[in-house]
Amino acid sequence: MSRDMSFAAVTARKNEIMKASLGIDFSDFITSPIAFDYERMMTETGYSHADIARIQSETKVGNTPLFELRNLTEAVRKFAGPGKGARIFVKDEAANASGSFKARRASISAYEAAKKGYKGMIAATSGNYGAAVASQAAQRGLKCIIVQEVFDSRLVGQPEIVEKSRACEAYGAEVLKLSVGPELFYMLLRTLEETGFFNASLYTPFGIRGVETLGIEIVEQVRARCGQNPDAVVITHAGGGNLTGTARGLQAAGATETRIVACSVDLGGLHMASDKDFNRKSFTTGHTGFGVPFATWPDRVDVPRNAARALRYMDEYQLVTQGEVFYVTELLTKLEGLERGPAGNTSLTAAVTLARQMDQDQIVVVQETEYTGAGKHHNRQLSFARENGIEVRRGDPQGNVPGKAIVIPERLEQVLGKVQDMDKLRRSYLKNAIKALPVEQWTETDYAFLAADIKVDVAWVKQNVAR
Amino acid sequence: MSKIAQGTWVEIEQVVLKPEERAPTLPEDTKQTPYLLHVSGFLQAAAELGQEATIRTIIGRELSGTLITVLPSYNHSFGTTVPELLTIGTEVEP
Repeated sequence: MSRDMSFAAVTARKNEIMKASLGIDFSDFITSPIAFDYERMMTETGYSHADIARIQSETKVGNTPLFELRNLTEAVRKFAGPGKGARIFVKDEAANASGSFKARRASISAYEAAKKGYKGMIAATSGNYGAAVASQAAQRGLKCIIVQEVFDSRLVGQPEIVEKSRACEAYGAEVLKLSVGPELFYMLLRTLEETGFFNASLYTPFGIRGVETLGIEIVEQVRARCGQNPDAVVITHAGGGNLTGTARGLQAAGATETRIVACSVDLGGLHMASDKDFNRKSFTTGHTGFGVPFATWPDRVDVPRNAARALRYMDEYQLVTQGEVFYVTELLTKLEGLERGPAGNTSLTAAVTLARQMDQDQIVVVQETEYTGAGKHHNRQLSFARENGIEVRRGDPQGNVPGKAIVIPERLEQVLGKVQDMDKLRRSYLKNAIKALPVEQWTETDYAFLAADIKVDVAWVKQNVAR
Repeated sequence: MSKIAQGTWVEIEQVVLKPEERAPTLPEDTKQTPYLLHVSGFLQAAAELGQEATIRTIIGRELSGTLITVLPSYNHSFGTTVPELLTIGTEVEP
């Protein structure tokens, strides 16, 4: 009897497929539609930080360099106020196998899949995570399938994603290239069911624990170089795993006062599932299309409970425009002799807006870089934008309009960013919690969980739910 | 039309979902389009472009669809010059 492979039928089998493909029984941690034992779920992965570091060193991951960007810091100090202009450092995660921090996330999933006897791994991702999973699978002797959203109905592929298809195939993965649509998840479920492979989801505890070594390394390297903890760490924010893992690592290393600053590229007004808008974006990740919805309701992902919970750790959230990121990217190349890709450049842009307000003896760390190349490079993205009818010019970056105009600043002091209202984000998280379970049914456990999950006290939750 | 030889590395296209079979919550423009899959592999039997064909993917899975490309390759680039970038960070404009 062949199974019903329709969209609705396969989606209905989600929990069964997830359980078989992850080897985790999430119900063991869940206490209500809202609350679950997050810390136990994270520690019961069974990997200490020493284990994680050892596993990662086996597959060419971790211990990446930390560079000080002296020329960029000098350029900021030229216009920052007296005594202002913090030292900017960058963690060169492009040095990991496959060229991004995502290798940290894939490394533990690959180790886990091999240990549990799976024949292969699957990930649904149009980003660097695909190449990371393919590279780690290759090193662990596992087969690999990557499911990507690549091209619009004109069959035009986003150049950055086309480069990722190439990289995944280069590492020996079977790459399923899909047109625009949220049915990517349906494709993942179908392929997991057909193959019985391991689901290397970005959002399992393995995926997040793998990033914690990044936070730990940053603290150790800054202490060794400067004799102090970093004052702020800036993290490009999309699905939340990057921020969650790094923040947990910083805390594990004792840097509990370090300010955790998220940064996303503002793509407001563009619809993430629109065929027409798909190629009018110049950034495929680290943007508000993912950053805001994933922060305000993490459990919208493939796994029943998401290990990536950004609001649990986030102190500040900045938006930057596409034009500002392209400008800072070019400066990184021209002033610092480093050519890197968009994800790290997004947080580097926010580091400039922070450094100008902070004191000269303070330290801001940009927590990742990623590789660049054909398709991903900012020159290609800008020429691609022009080919899709978007205006590209120099001027005041306030003139940026996602999908219509990319305005690249003329001077570094025009790079300002836009700080978001954290309480507004927290309130929309609570609104989503109410949809999951009416307030009248919330127990003390639910209130305590919510307070921890959005980094406030229970009184704040009770006060803001009443409004 | 000449037949593509068995064993050639090719790309096929599958209509995974027809427009009417797609996810209910779609924006208008996406709703009218079929949900398409492109995947590459070795042709299992000689076939013509535009014909139904079966491939064996690089990890050994068999998939079928319409034969659309022979020896698919990548030609994404660094793009045409964007003059607005050239002077950033140079002495012309510190």
